[in-house]
Amino acid sequence: MQLVDEFRDARLAKRIRADIEELSTKAGADETNPLQIMEICGGHTHTIFRHGIDKLVPRSIEFVHGPGCPVCVLPMQRVDEFLELAERDSVILTSYGDAMRVPGRNGSLQQCKAAGVDVRMVYSPSDSLEIARKNPDKQVVFFGLGFETTAPATAISILQAAKEDIANFSVFCNHITVPPPIRSILEQADVSIDGFIGPGHVSMVIGTRPYDFIAEEFGKPVVVAGFEPLDLMQSVLMLLRQIVEGRVMVENQYSRVVTRDGNPVSLSALNEVFETRPSFEWRGLGEIESSGLRIRKQFAEFDAEERFGIGYGSSVTREGYRDQYPCGKVMIGKLKPFDCPHFCKDCTPETPLGALMVSSEGACAAYHQYGGFQ
Amino acid sequence: MCLGIPGKVIEITDEETNLGIADVSGVKRTVNLTCVAGCGLQNLVGAWVLIHVGFGMAVIDEEEARETLRTLHELGDAQEELFAMLAGDQAVQGH
Ligand code: SF4
Repeated sequence: MQLVDEFRDARLAKRIRADIEELSTKAGADETNPLQIMEICGGHTHTIFRHGIDKLVPRSIEFVHGPGCPVCVLPMQRVDEFLELAERDSVILTSYGDAMRVPGRNGSLQQCKAAGVDVRMVYSPSDSLEIARKNPDKQVVFFGLGFETTAPATAISILQAAKEDIANFSVFCNHITVPPPIRSILEQADVSIDGFIGPGHVSMVIGTRPYDFIAEEFGKPVVVAGFEPLDLMQSVLMLLRQIVEGRVMVENQYSRVVTRDGNPVSLSALNEVFETRPSFEWRGLGEIESSGLRIRKQFAEFDAEERFGIGYGSSVTREGYRDQYPCGKVMIGKLKPFDCPHFCKDCTPETPLGALMVSSEGACAAYHQYGGFQ
Repeated sequence: MCLGIPGKVIEITDEETNLGIADVSGVKRTVNLTCVAGCGLQNLVGAWVLIHVGFGMAVIDEEEARETLRTLHELGDAQEELFAMLAGDQAVQGH
């Protein structure tokens, strides 16, 4: 219980823990037959490990670390396609720090930077826009990455570029959306997830409505959660209550920030700038229908794919990119990181083979750093 | 990048493009407030917003903000986020 004492409200944490214990027994779960709860968002994975919440809940609860880390699911090919741009003259590549270490076939962005390519790590797409303003003789390309939380920032930056007529700014768009991979996971026959912890910050943008299908079509409970350790504990409890009481619905634990309908300004910017791609590849999960965003024709001049002719999947035959590592199985809860033969052997945060080892939100990196149940 | 960090809006600097300055754990950073400007841009001065990649994405109350900051600091996540902001400034300067 030492872990609990570190909580801001240790008494409340203790009570929630006791309730979780009691309800999981009522639900018929035990150590050998645990309830599988998938936290969709990489931010939650991060919180769970940093605070040892996986160790705090009874062993009758097992967290499955979902596909919600955009760095982890980024196909290697997209890094390669982006780096192809570096071969052209007068290009400045910009990226969030998170994507700098993702291995591509010819190295990562960081390695290319070390080799002399002008790759700059930015905090915001607005930094990228500012670099474009300051370097009118260069083409500045931003590596757009992330779910619905960061996509509005990209969209608003493109709208701003259009307004100011900034002709040397474009986005290499890899934005993806949360609901489609959840559907794809649920459609797999041998998946036995009992409930979902919905992403707090994505839901701040899209609201809770887009998860209705999880409850209605697949009969699984969902609780959208905040990012404090207590938020997560409470959400586990709310899921258990639904399971024990035989209710199936989308509940919102994070109502301080999340509404049913989302943020109208963010949604309208997303809708104005982006459209859904027919399909997009998720590393470890394969192609998922309607899961990616691309820039609408109307904003083609700000679309690096259009401007430089590096369309999605155009560079090399996709076959060569099939992952030979079992990262996808880890992502849907069929394999624990330490059951992967590469884990901590030839796959480490310094020399990642799979993307789950790259980001601090990746399950394998988290197990490497904090350890999990062994 | 996905984390988000609370900041307190201290002034509005550009009404047309919805820009303001936020104080994020002592670091002043320009943030885009388009997504939270619904209740009037000027009303945001003094308010706490949750900032993702330089954009205010939600208005939060002060207690929530302080608690989030406390957790982020304890775990070193706030430092990482502030480092990313600094790196962004440097990137704009040409590094
Ligand atoms: S240890 Fe490496 S190769 Fe194995 S699943 Fe994790 S990231 Fe993939």
